[in-house]
Amino acid sequence: MKTELSLVGHRAPRVDAVKLVTGRGAYTDDIALPGLLHAKLVKSPHPHARILRIDTRQAERLPGVHAVITHENVPRIPYTSAGQSWPEPSPYDMYILDRKVRFVGDPVAAVAAETAEIAQDAVDLVQVDYELLPAVLEMHDSMKPHAPVIHDEEESYGIYDPSRNIAAHIDTEIGDVERGYERADLVVENEFFVQYQQHTCLEPHISICFFDEDQRLVVRTSTQIPYHCRRMLAFALDIPVRNVHVIKPRVGGGFGNKQEMVTEPIAAVLAMKTRRPVKLEYTRTEEFTIARMRHPQHIRMKTGLQRDGTITANSIHVLTNTGPYGTHALTVTGNTGTKPLPLYRAPNMKFYADIVYTNLPIAAAFRGYGCPQGFFAMEVHMDEVAEAVGMDPLEFRKLNHIRKGDTDLMSAAAGEGSGKKPRVIHSSGLPQCIELGAQSIGWKEKRGNPGTGVVTRGVGMAILMQGSGVAGDELAAAALKMNEDASFNLMVGSADIGTGSDTTLCQIAAEVLGVPLENIIIRSGDTDDISFDYGAYASSTAYITGTCVLKAAEDARQQIVALAARMMEEDPEGLLVHDCRVSSLNGRSVTLQEVAMESLYGAEKQLISGRGSHATKESPPPFCAMFAEVEVDTETGQVRPVHIAAAVDVGKAINPDVCEGQIEGAVAQGLGYALTEEIQVGPDGRVLNPTFMDYKIFCADDMPKLTTILVEAEEPTGPFGAKSVAEIAINGPAPCISNAIYDAIGVRLHSLPMTPEKVLAALDARQNGASRS
Amino acid sequence: MKIDLKVNGRSESWDVRVNETLLDAIRRHGLTGTKRVCESGECGACAVILDGLAVDSCILLAPQADESELVTVEGLEHEGELHPVQAAFAENGAIQCGFCIPGMVVTAANYLEENPQPTEEEIRHVFVGNLCRCTGYKKPVEAVLNAARSIGPSV
Repeated sequence: MKTELSLVGHRAPRVDAVKLVTGRGAYTDDIALPGLLHAKLVKSPHPHARILRIDTRQAERLPGVHAVITHENVPRIPYTSAGQSWPEPSPYDMYILDRKVRFVGDPVAAVAAETAEIAQDAVDLVQVDYELLPAVLEMHDSMKPHAPVIHDEEESYGIYDPSRNIAAHIDTEIGDVERGYERADLVVENEFFVQYQQHTCLEPHISICFFDEDQRLVVRTSTQIPYHCRRMLAFALDIPVRNVHVIKPRVGGGFGNKQEMVTEPIAAVLAMKTRRPVKLEYTRTEEFTIARMRHPQHIRMKTGLQRDGTITANSIHVLTNTGPYGTHALTVTGNTGTKPLPLYRAPNMKFYADIVYTNLPIAAAFRGYGCPQGFFAMEVHMDEVAEAVGMDPLEFRKLNHIRKGDTDLMSAAAGEGSGKKPRVIHSSGLPQCIELGAQSIGWKEKRGNPGTGVVTRGVGMAILMQGSGVAGDELAAAALKMNEDASFNLMVGSADIGTGSDTTLCQIAAEVLGVPLENIIIRSGDTDDISFDYGAYASSTAYITGTCVLKAAEDARQQIVALAARMMEEDPEGLLVHDCRVSSLNGRSVTLQEVAMESLYGAEKQLISGRGSHATKESPPPFCAMFAEVEVDTETGQVRPVHIAAAVDVGKAINPDVCEGQIEGAVAQGLGYALTEEIQVGPDGRVLNPTFMDYKIFCADDMPKLTTILVEAEEPTGPFGAKSVAEIAINGPAPCISNAIYDAIGVRLHSLPMTPEKVLAALDARQNGASRS
Repeated sequence: MKIDLKVNGRSESWDVRVNETLLDAIRRHGLTGTKRVCESGECGACAVILDGLAVDSCILLAPQADESELVTVEGLEHEGELHPVQAAFAENGAIQCGFCIPGMVVTAANYLEENPQPTEEEIRHVFVGNLCRCTGYKKPVEAVLNAARSIGPSV
């Protein structure tokens, strides 16, 4: 490989930039299909009820209505909507439509009609009689004796304990924590509460299903998981995989919400019934109510330590609300413990969790995947632990954090994936991240100087780690072929959902093949291509798919070199591929175009095509040190973030613009999680704030100054040394800001979002002698 | 009903329903760059320029565009050249999923007509009506500043 890189490491403009700024980026809904029907859902007004009778006759008689489906005329095969590798570690507890509803908005029936308005009118004509059941509207009630059983049906399987509403359960220990607490000089305990957060992808869930000329089901859908979706949909419909063709067009944001099969099954069934193209698109209200959310949790932390700051035992105890279905139940909460715990060296660790069903909205995958919850708890708690032994929180972290060469035993004990091999840290830029982030925020000067007056200032920090794909549970395959003009078609199964992965992958291929970026024509996420991929989740694409593209490009490059050597009558050893040429040390060269023409029309005639396939048991963590400076108004309780400095060790920034964009966007979502975002549910199980007006995400003038620092601790197992970047930074703002608030006003916030009401309540509680919020 | 309007510089006559939103009419006429997101005027993804004003087309009725001049994201290019705002967004890494981008570039392009040399704070204020969930707004705001620089103060 060349030492000087011409594309990797450069701020190349995105390969899709021009079509997106001109409005030509074709998303799922941006094509015209003759005869397209529009689908709408009949939804439950009750949080928990049995359907006694559905009368669809009036709806069916409405002119323009083509089909009405209910549980009586769709396949009833238990499945999970979680887009994970097979067999999915989530319970099979969902049905396309069921005899029972388990939360407000649960689909009861669906209509396909000539227009969306007719479909909506028909929805209003469907009559449903319900037998109301008692509901679980508080996660702490789920496991109580005599609580209503949410999954009392016999067909569902993979549920840990349906009779006690426990979808999944984790209990793992390294060493002996009780002995660790006994040996400790002091033990610090805290508890934390985190809320429902909604992804608010600007493009809602949308699928268009139709049958092609060969009677195969084509699913044009806004998804992160084209290949999982193909397999899962075939399973739920009981049809062969070969009859399903999933196409991922341009996707308008995913963030985990589309690591799910959501709109596909109903659109597919309606297409089967009507033999017409059918579109099912969620409204914004549906996104806020019946799509997916981040899991609410109640987390208890307990740490034993010696006077010198050494940790003797560390444990996390979690209660998670998964809502009515257990999609991603086990694995999201798995990350809540298995990512934060190993960040701190400790001989004894314990992670215990119950993930329970409720009759509340569906929680599932959301960027960070359990880590924003876990790191909020861990990093606020560690600030308090440091304080308990009289150490500066930065120095305490430097003393205790995981180091290069360490083994993360928790990853094998309870981590997701079939790897079950303890993760060894091959690279870490965490010390540098801490140093650069602290300089940027002015840690030494500002810490402990809140100032006087009504508005005070504080700084806080957090350290973080994530993964690069799921260890032992990833496969990516790609193919590329060379065309006459030395362009290459690159086919990958991964899904660029806005992350810039198409650009990153093209940079890798172009670098290896010695061509400019525009010579790579990428198609991603079409299941009829020679490609395969688990999908865009777990921060996997640059690391896993990137390696597989590297292999495919190397394969093609070797064929190019071999043919060029024969054309030049040179030894292939020592030939260089660069600047659209193959050249020898003797000064001879042929253009790649000449090689391409020779391969297609010359004496030997063989298509130059490269194949790559990549799987690994490694999942190297990126590291981050994040710092926040805030202003707190002690009269109103308003917290204003002033500056966030995020230093992230990405291994190698294949495209610095793409990496910075991932970090900056993750920080913005993390700020909303910290301060403003919460899906609120009323006593009747209804979402109270299903609009952007009432659900506050950060907008342009809410944003603090952002400083993004890329640290490159080369990862030996990654393509060009790269690790992941997409998720890690979302874990940081909540703990940083909580810690900065403490620096500013001397009270701890343990519940998200940290609203003015909570800040004032915490101040009041301190004034009244209580010590905790 | 029929409405007569100028669409991206061309005189057109559109058949629209009286209760149809301008957004639906625009998309139905093949201009799919304008995006449907909130349908309540909160997010700006459907922003278009109507008689010189950046407006949310999801909360206007199509008949309100009668006798008007409409510019959508598809109409920002000039003789095959990207508008400076479009070019700056592309060069500055300001795009991620892209769904909010048509609304952002339309809003920014229109704003630069009114204020060719805005401050960062002014741009942030203008973008309050354009929600983006991907970028954290940093690179889009920088892109508009770069675009203003490339246009120069004389325009």
